[in-house]
Amino acid sequence: MSTLLREVVADQLRSDLPSFRPGDTLRVHVKVREGQRERIQVFEGVVIRRRGSGISETYTVRKISYGVGVERTFPLHTPKVEKIDVVRRGRVRRAKLYYLRGLSGKAARIKEAMR
Amino acid sequence: MKGILGRKIGMTQVFGEDGTVIPVTVIQAGPCVVLQKKAVETDGYAAVQVGYGDQKQSRATKAEQGHAAKANTAAKRYVREFRGVSLDDYEVGQEIGADVFSAGDVVDVIGKSKGKGYSGPVKKHNQSRGPMAHGSKYHRGVGSLGSIAANRVFKGQGMAGRMGGERRTVQNLEVVRVDAEKNLLLIKGSVPGPKNSFVTVRSAVKVQPS
Repeated sequence: MSTLLREVVADQLRSDLPSFRPGDTLRVHVKVREGQRERIQVFEGVVIRRRGSGISETYTVRKISYGVGVERTFPLHTPKVEKIDVVRRGRVRRAKLYYLRGLSGKAARIKEAMR
Repeated sequence: MKGILGRKIGMTQVFGEDGTVIPVTVIQAGPCVVLQKKAVETDGYAAVQVGYGDQKQSRATKAEQGHAAKANTAAKRYVREFRGVSLDDYEVGQEIGADVFSAGDVVDVIGKSKGKGYSGPVKKHNQSRGPMAHGSKYHRGVGSLGSIAANRVFKGQGMAGRMGGERRTVQNLEVVRVDAEKNLLLIKGSVPGPKNSFVTVRSAVKVQPS
């Protein structure tokens, strides 16, 4: 990628985000617009994927909502996310945790990391 | 009508005001130099001739050098004309930059599409391919060439051949952002041609300026 392309989007990159990895549990504070009002909605779950680089980097958070698996993919640098809290650091042995989709309950737990 | 010449830098994305992701092509638009003003009396039509990118002196012909010298500049690699502009706004030798456009403008982008070489009809004319297995001997070849009773093949029948490397215009693209300092245009969507290729950006023909 040319340096010029990186300069163009440099002002949109966020530096206020915590570092996190797949396996970590996040609380993502999403700005939701309802008519004129804007409020914060929290999406809490496990990061199962991080992909891309620069402005196009995204991550996917998975949670179980009323017994149904829900996954949301956010652009890392989107202004729609107010803040990210890292609730728990998980120890996992791969970068993409797609295997969690096939597991439920106790089997879908992730060990806490010693970092 | 406004226009400018430039170079395609590549694609990236920016966030819109409401947080939506907008795919954009970055174009290094300018600095361009007005090389000549064509008038109806002398040339039969009105236009401004604009040049972008300095040509190596050893590669420029004497004619090109002389032509550029009238505008007090070096010979240019990419020279195009824009018709329908208001001629009074331009002076020969004047430098124009990306700030002729502003965010929200609708533009057409003209470029030379990527060369695809000798391509088959499936890629070139969006024909359907046959089954690749189960004893089929008809894979990606050209299909029927038409009626047998015509005793000839009609003009325009899609066949394999050279694809790409042609002048292409993409119409009605929105200018998302203008960086006047670095002479950059961010245009929503894709434009023809490989990176670093020359492109022409002009006001959209099919949109009446409001």
